[in-house]
Amino acid sequence: MSAHGAASPIVSAEQPALAHGAGALARVGAGTVAMAQAELRKLRHDHLDIFTRSLQPLMWLFIFGTALRHNSALTLGHLDYRAYLAPGVMAQAALFIAIFYGLAVIWERDVGQLQRLLATPLPRSAIVLGKAAGACVRALVQALLLLAVLAVAGIAVRWTLGGVLGTLALLMLGTAAFACMSMLMAAAVKERERFMGIGQLIMMPLFFASSALYPLAVMPGWLRVVARVNPLTYEVQGLRQMLVGVGGAGEVWLDVGVVAGFLVLMLLAATRAYPKAIL
Amino acid sequence: MGTGAAAVLVDDLAVRFEDVLAVAGVSFAVAPGEVFGLLGPNGAGKTTTIRVLTTLLPPGSGRALVAGHDVVREALAVRAAIGYIPQAISVDGALTARENLDFYARVTGVPARERAQRIEQAIAAMDLEAMLGRLARTLSGGMLRRLEIATALLNRPAVLFLDEPTVGLDPTARRLVWEHLSLLRAQAGTTILFTTHVMEEAERYCERLAIMDLGHLVEQGQPRELLERNGADSLEEVFTAVTGRNIEQAQEGRLADVRARRRVAHRLG
Repeated sequence: MSAHGAASPIVSAEQPALAHGAGALARVGAGTVAMAQAELRKLRHDHLDIFTRSLQPLMWLFIFGTALRHNSALTLGHLDYRAYLAPGVMAQAALFIAIFYGLAVIWERDVGQLQRLLATPLPRSAIVLGKAAGACVRALVQALLLLAVLAVAGIAVRWTLGGVLGTLALLMLGTAAFACMSMLMAAAVKERERFMGIGQLIMMPLFFASSALYPLAVMPGWLRVVARVNPLTYEVQGLRQMLVGVGGAGEVWLDVGVVAGFLVLMLLAATRAYPKAIL
Repeated sequence: MGTGAAAVLVDDLAVRFEDVLAVAGVSFAVAPGEVFGLLGPNGAGKTTTIRVLTTLLPPGSGRALVAGHDVVREALAVRAAIGYIPQAISVDGALTARENLDFYARVTGVPARERAQRIEQAIAAMDLEAMLGRLARTLSGGMLRRLEIATALLNRPAVLFLDEPTVGLDPTARRLVWEHLSLLRAQAGTTILFTTHVMEEAERYCERLAIMDLGHLVEQGQPRELLERNGADSLEEVFTAVTGRNIEQAQEGRLADVRARRRVAHRLG
């Protein structure tokens, strides 16, 4: 259903807020923090969820990774494949959380939370950013657990402070971007079942046509082209360079730049589309 | 009708969904501090009207003011001046009652230094002390509604919008919710605009009400006025007198509405 009359008050109301500059920015910040904090509190009430979710990347690492451990095409000759794989499964686990985060939006629309939020003075961008921050909170907890396991298992990761912090920061950028993409999908699809189908559908190419599991060099030309336009490729490359020290030197800023650009794009699009999700 | 200081003013409002005229030229005014009911069967246009007044939906034509602000041009000012509780459950079931209050204090723009005090006042107003530490999803339907109302009071709204506030509640819980709302109105002077399809509820709790049917506002006034004017003993009879239909019949036949209502009722336990 769409309302008669093209101009949406939801969009027009945003303009005076933007014009106020610093005040609006403070409200966006405060709103985002409030939503992220609520997400953290929900996590605290449900420990089991985060642990069961954290098992999946570990299984990739220790089953898939162990099986292919001695394949030299994948290990680039010298590296433990599990170390090569670690940034990939870290990104994949976060991607999984982010891509299905739109489900929460559909749920909140169905139960009335979304209508409620949209009738508050909270800026629309803060609602979207807050949701994205919520996905980041979950991804961060999962990544920290994975790092702990890497340390205990003695997998050859470069443990520098800058590398680990950079890894987590890039992971947050990527997770926020894919969460915004998911909200965009949720605003368009509006039905849980259909959303699940589409989510599954795009997970596959995003994950397998990226550098998460294997270097781009093993791919045929056409697939390499697909991987080159896949933002996950850049996220994983950046993570891998910072965490494991693999990849061309100096490329990390390109990777971060692509992921950040993708985030801005998705954030703008989701902020525009989100209020329409209630109609 | 004196409109200068009205808490809510709706002037010839129309909203169209593709080929359906959901609201067809509706006008009414609500005075500050009044409890005003929008009464009618499902599909009458009540929820659509509330969505326009809460800035969720653009009016197709006509205009609407809430607390003196235009819902289109001053949407942000309207949002700051209202509390809104949709028909479905709007608090987060995975958070405790207190966490929900804290969340809504933050997102409705309550200044940080007043937050604790406002939350305490809302807890007292809706009698929530006993349930503060419980996850919202474990609360009974009546408790949930009171928690929701409490979360909508934190920004000290001039107008409180309640869409079918007692749907799915048993009579005792329903009475308790209304007791708290009446008290709130007496103490804070909050204007309350609510929708209902329960005639008896409208008759008992509204100071004034408007009857809507098929997008039109067919009658409005104080409950007693309506009864006298239409020579009726109950609002059901008033509805029949002004629409030529029985409210029970008018209620039927909207599968989607029935399903949505059952879902809410089920969730409320």
